[in-house]
Amino acid sequence: MGSLANDAIAIARRARSLGARRDRAGAALSLGIVTTFLTLIVVLPLAALVWESKKAGSHGFWAAISSPEAVAALKLTLGASLVVALLNAVLGTITAWVLVRDDFRGKALVNAIIDLPFALPTIVAGLTLLALYGSRSPIGINVAYTRGAVVLALLFVTLPFVVRTVQPVLRELDVEMEAAAASLGASDAVAFRRIVLPNILPGILSGVALALAKAVGEFGSLVIITGNLPYKTEVSSVYIFGRIESGDTPAAAAVAVVLLVISFVLLLTIGVIRHVTTRHDRG
Amino acid sequence: MSIEVRNVSKRFGSFTALDDVSLEVEGGSLTALLGPSGSGKSTLLRIIAGLEEPDSGDVLISGELATALRPQKRNVGFVFQHYAAFKHMTVWDNVAFGLSVRKRPKAEIRDRVDRLLQLVQLEAFGHRYPAQLSGGQRQRMALARALAPEPRVLLLDEPFGALDARVRAELREWLRHLHEEVHVTTIFVTHDQEEAMDVADQIVVLNAGRVEQAGAPASLYDEPRTEFVMRFVGEVNRIGGSFVRPHDLDIGHEPLDGAVEAMIDRISRLGFETRVELSGADGEPIIVQITRDQLEELELERGQIVWVTPARERVFAAS
Repeated sequence: MGSLANDAIAIARRARSLGARRDRAGAALSLGIVTTFLTLIVVLPLAALVWESKKAGSHGFWAAISSPEAVAALKLTLGASLVVALLNAVLGTITAWVLVRDDFRGKALVNAIIDLPFALPTIVAGLTLLALYGSRSPIGINVAYTRGAVVLALLFVTLPFVVRTVQPVLRELDVEMEAAAASLGASDAVAFRRIVLPNILPGILSGVALALAKAVGEFGSLVIITGNLPYKTEVSSVYIFGRIESGDTPAAAAVAVVLLVISFVLLLTIGVIRHVTTRHDRG
Repeated sequence: MSIEVRNVSKRFGSFTALDDVSLEVEGGSLTALLGPSGSGKSTLLRIIAGLEEPDSGDVLISGELATALRPQKRNVGFVFQHYAAFKHMTVWDNVAFGLSVRKRPKAEIRDRVDRLLQLVQLEAFGHRYPAQLSGGQRQRMALARALAPEPRVLLLDEPFGALDARVRAELREWLRHLHEEVHVTTIFVTHDQEEAMDVADQIVVLNAGRVEQAGAPASLYDEPRTEFVMRFVGEVNRIGGSFVRPHDLDIGHEPLDGAVEAMIDRISRLGFETRVELSGADGEPIIVQITRDQLEELELERGQIVWVTPARERVFAAS
């Protein structure tokens, strides 16, 4: 009797440790897959890029990134990207709000249109924008070869990000919170600022980070409509392409590394803000 | 502050939530809106708070017409079934919200919030976030938040509905004490007749968007005007054409005047009280409540044929 019970306990224990071992093995396997995947797809290419940039030597690296044309391109890229990210934060949030909270005919259609800029090859987007907002604009708006064109093209290709990151958050938001705020005397504006905004801010920040990353690296939609005028409308990606075409790969890599470092710092900053603004969810 | 609802109707699409409802609530009272789900009780509460607009009819708060006022201007405290906690704010900031939007002085806000947190026994939890509280604690926080701006009226929508039985009973008792202390006109919605009977001075029974009956708990129980009210506020037997409460039936071995014959199916002893389940001549179920002493005196057993006599019965006009 006693030995039978002991056996049962031993079996149960073995089964449990087997299960635990399987869990551990599963965790190790998935971690391995992720590590390999990220190494092959992200870490190695980035390391190769840094390696390439070092071929110019520290002197050459410094010369490449401090050339006036490179600096102008970097400034434009960052400036335009930040402007576009901010515009997206506002317009994307409003768009998401309308799509979640309002009911109107054709809502499903509008919802579907949001993602189309993703499906379009960016070079086609550039051509379309040039035809519509270039010198032969059928609606009389000509922004071709100006910095306005840079912002316009970037807005087009980054449109979906904030909309798509804010939409689910807004849908999950408890509308009773706003009702509670109203019955406590808060005006609609105060309720939005103090109740809705803090709750959707993490979503907005995620969208802004994605839009920023996309804008900093954008090439295809810009290369046609901006005219790539050095010191005026030439963004870093186009400048880098120019360096590669003229055989100066180390310089191209050097500028790319700077772009990468700045993007990384920006994304990290947004990540930290996001972390701080969601601390109440972590119990 | 008194509340008056005059001829309020409200439809949602083809569903009639409220159909010409009128209601008066005395200042300082504690009133329960009691009814099954879909009876319109929550809609009525939200209309009083201004969170929902009536299709027709008026709401008066302390004699003033409030129908056109936005919720912000009604000075009504509202407690939601699912707390509606501001989850990104600490408990302290949640309670302070109604005062800070009114731009009250900092020192006054601090005093009042501290005092309210003490009142709801959450003084040690001020720095926590709602996610770190239990359901009962969250609802107490919501109550403190609603009371902070000193509302004229406190409205609670199934405030204990999402809580387990033990916490419910605790909060129920606690709400009654709170009402004695704060004395703000209070209306709460519930589908639980026991809860309504236990807490309220006045009960308004709603059914399918209409007021069935309003009155003190005892009068609703003893003098129900409709079959619905009789069934809703307590257990009931139907014997012939009349309705009898289980404790208003006597069991005996002799056929007294008005007695019906029935067979005992089951006897369950619940402490002092004993429930006897019987079936009548037509097989209709009859439940009788007797005391343990009566049970022993009558020597009742399962399978026995006995006579059941209504001591007090009610007949309702067919509706």
